[in-house]
Amino acid sequence: MIRSVDQYEFNRRGFLRVSFAAASGLLVSLYLDPHSAYVVQAQEGTAPAAPASYPPDAFVNIRPDGKIVIQVNRLEFGQGVQTALPMLLADEMDADWTNVIATLAPAADVYKDPLFGIQMVGGSGSIAHSFLQYRELGAKTRAMLIATAADRWGTTADQCRTEASVVHGPDGRSATYAELATDAARKPVPSNVRLKDPKEFRLVGKRVKRLDSRSKCDGSLKFGLDLDLPGMKVAVVAHPPVFGGRVKSFVDDEARRIEGVRDVFEIPLARGTGVAIVADKFWPAKQARSRLKIQWDVIGVEAADSAELWTRYRELSHTPGNVPVNQGDVKALDRIAASDRIVAEYAFPFLAHSPMEPLNTTVRFDGDRAEVWAGSQFQTVDQMAVAEVLGLKPQQVTFHTEMAGGGFGRRAVADSHIQREAATIAKRLRGTPVKLVWTREDDVQGGYYRPMHLHRVEVGVGSDGLPVAWRHVIVGQSITADTPFAGFTTKNGVDSTATEGVADTHYNIPNLHLTVHHPKVNVPVLWWRSVGHTHTAFVMETLIDELATRARVDPIAYRRKVLKPEAKELLSTLDLLEKASAGWRNALPKGHAVGISCHECFGTGVACAVDVSIENKRPRIHRATLAVNCGLAVNPLTVESQFQAGVTFGLSQLMAKGAITLKNGVVEQRNFDGYVPPYIVDAPVAVDVHIVPSGEAPSGCGEPPVPVISPAVVNALARLTGKRYRTLPLVSI
Amino acid sequence: MATYQLTVNGKRREVTVDPSTPLLWVLREDLKMTGTKFGCGISACGACTVHVGGVATRSCIVPISHIGDRPIVTIEGISQDAVGRAVQDAWVEKDVVQCGYCQSGQIMSAVALLKDTPKPTDKNIEESMGGNLCRCGTYPRIREAIKTASAQITKGGA
Repeated sequence: MIRSVDQYEFNRRGFLRVSFAAASGLLVSLYLDPHSAYVVQAQEGTAPAAPASYPPDAFVNIRPDGKIVIQVNRLEFGQGVQTALPMLLADEMDADWTNVIATLAPAADVYKDPLFGIQMVGGSGSIAHSFLQYRELGAKTRAMLIATAADRWGTTADQCRTEASVVHGPDGRSATYAELATDAARKPVPSNVRLKDPKEFRLVGKRVKRLDSRSKCDGSLKFGLDLDLPGMKVAVVAHPPVFGGRVKSFVDDEARRIEGVRDVFEIPLARGTGVAIVADKFWPAKQARSRLKIQWDVIGVEAADSAELWTRYRELSHTPGNVPVNQGDVKALDRIAASDRIVAEYAFPFLAHSPMEPLNTTVRFDGDRAEVWAGSQFQTVDQMAVAEVLGLKPQQVTFHTEMAGGGFGRRAVADSHIQREAATIAKRLRGTPVKLVWTREDDVQGGYYRPMHLHRVEVGVGSDGLPVAWRHVIVGQSITADTPFAGFTTKNGVDSTATEGVADTHYNIPNLHLTVHHPKVNVPVLWWRSVGHTHTAFVMETLIDELATRARVDPIAYRRKVLKPEAKELLSTLDLLEKASAGWRNALPKGHAVGISCHECFGTGVACAVDVSIENKRPRIHRATLAVNCGLAVNPLTVESQFQAGVTFGLSQLMAKGAITLKNGVVEQRNFDGYVPPYIVDAPVAVDVHIVPSGEAPSGCGEPPVPVISPAVVNALARLTGKRYRTLPLVSI
Repeated sequence: MATYQLTVNGKRREVTVDPSTPLLWVLREDLKMTGTKFGCGISACGACTVHVGGVATRSCIVPISHIGDRPIVTIEGISQDAVGRAVQDAWVEKDVVQCGYCQSGQIMSAVALLKDTPKPTDKNIEESMGGNLCRCGTYPRIREAIKTASAQITKGGA
């Protein structure tokens, strides 16, 4: 998809008018041309309401040239929904796939997640929640096209069939979708349509290549950071060295002397205050920031310190807390001899998401309207935040969804701090578009990390080698505390995003007791791809492995014994993993070991086997085999890609420099030299992905690759060294 | 401010900028060629990789005043080169990209590798691609695509 900014703007803005009109009851046209857009605008006047049903014309645009433009109600940031959602719609519509163009929808009520009620990407829900929605949209559009053709030919719909954007009638007559589109738009939208039986799918379930590949290989695809508007300025912000710090005073003479610097001023931030620099271009803005002399006021601001936090968390882990799980007899553990108990303490540091595209947002404020361009996982939330800063209503803020270079949760922030910063600056620049750029240093040091966690677990083992009693304590900040999401996640003082993976474990543990502490710490925290499972799966899968070793049972066989019989997804993945990896597992070179893990999250079961040796005192992962049960794989090629690559994101937490640490309130890492994600040598050399055949509805694939890999790797290391690895990152082995 | 004559993808270009401005920002903001990406600004991620005088170079740390008369090739121009085209095609064929943000830099590094070493070993690949970060983790497919492109160019006698 190659597009110029001009076309892009026109299409988005024109389209938005049409969909708003449709939402208020004026179904105008299935295709959009400049004239109809203006007509619609003239008829507008009623405020858009939340739709009771989805008008297909807000999602499908059949152009006179036969191109079918499908609006994607999600951010595309690598996960492949920009291909998979159009596949669902196009399949039911019998659209010619070679003529499908997918675009990211702007913020609007019709594009809200059908389950979550806001427009967002999260919880691995894009396909799972929009699976039926996009199929129905396609089927309804097809029904309207068929009804139009049937009318023209004086026949009935059941006499017509469709294939590759053509309706075929009796007697060899046919009409293309493009020929029918204008009249079809005047047909009522059917309330009920028959969806295809899975065996009728032409696209779904096939390995379909991404629509955005070529434009991401020739430099033509525009990400949010690539946006260039006439007269646009670039802003960077000097943030306080300690979260919540405030500007006491600043001297900007030297900064202002840099050619191209237009303005320097103090702004309020989500936490504390900062100094914004506005310049014609990025480089002068960045140079000017380094020449600012700022006195910060950090009096009364908690200076978080990693070493102190560990001490505090450890103390907390020995005190009573909230108890979300108390299953069986809490005292059962005390009756087990000390020699049959494992006591384990785990430490997980703060982690930054660090998507490759630095965070950015562009805003233009025109007094009674504003326009925003952002690679956002949270369009509804961010649109409201911008409106609030600018004193507008959300519908006065046109919000364009920009392609994003990764995100992993970092672009879904309840306080919309990036968009608020950008809007605050744009307010002062009234009429001039301004692009706020967070440098990599801003990103690494800017908070919103996966929270630090300490786990303390005591396991009592029975004479059969199986876990009898399990006392588990989790200490870590609540991600959703003080956000509107707490109402969904937090019960009796326990944030389920910290306990998922333990509280709902599929292992059969007769006596399971879980205690949780959520200390308040002055470090902003956030969901990091797979959220609580990033640490809970590590704890569960390394302990289960240790129990298998202790019982001298094969780690796959042991897991099968401990899993509840109803954990069918996970059991099916273990079966497939065992078969798929048998060849290489039984022919390991000397100095190599196998590591196993399995975990279910976001409805998807995953089992993992890795072939690991030690090279240059680091784990070398020669191979990973993954078995996945994600229900129906809408695009098996994308599922394979997500798992092949997502495991490497999971390996971030094993990197020697894979931690964010604080000293006296200041983050000690600055950039990719101090906080180092996996490079090619740190990733598995090869990853083979095996999908369990399934007719069940699809479940998520964005997050489930992440939790399994780190425990599998350290389980292999444990076999090589005899040591257990419970403190991350993996500084030494 | 100073004026520089550059050769970018075979075309003569003139820019007037501060001499300290890194090549990356001249490409992105003065020449409006945004295919080359900003990732870290300290040559740690490789997203900004371009060819300067035929050498894979991190454009985020090279001041424009150091370029001299060496020709610059960016992702926008690499398809004019047989190896460049083969690498791009292999990337599409193997469905390598996810978010895609790092891939301009990955492709520029891969092209430089294959020009030097048309039949690279895994070790060659790890050395040449070792400084290009991909947060999505597309590394296994990058390896495959390099081997696909290698087969293509060695078959074609390039």
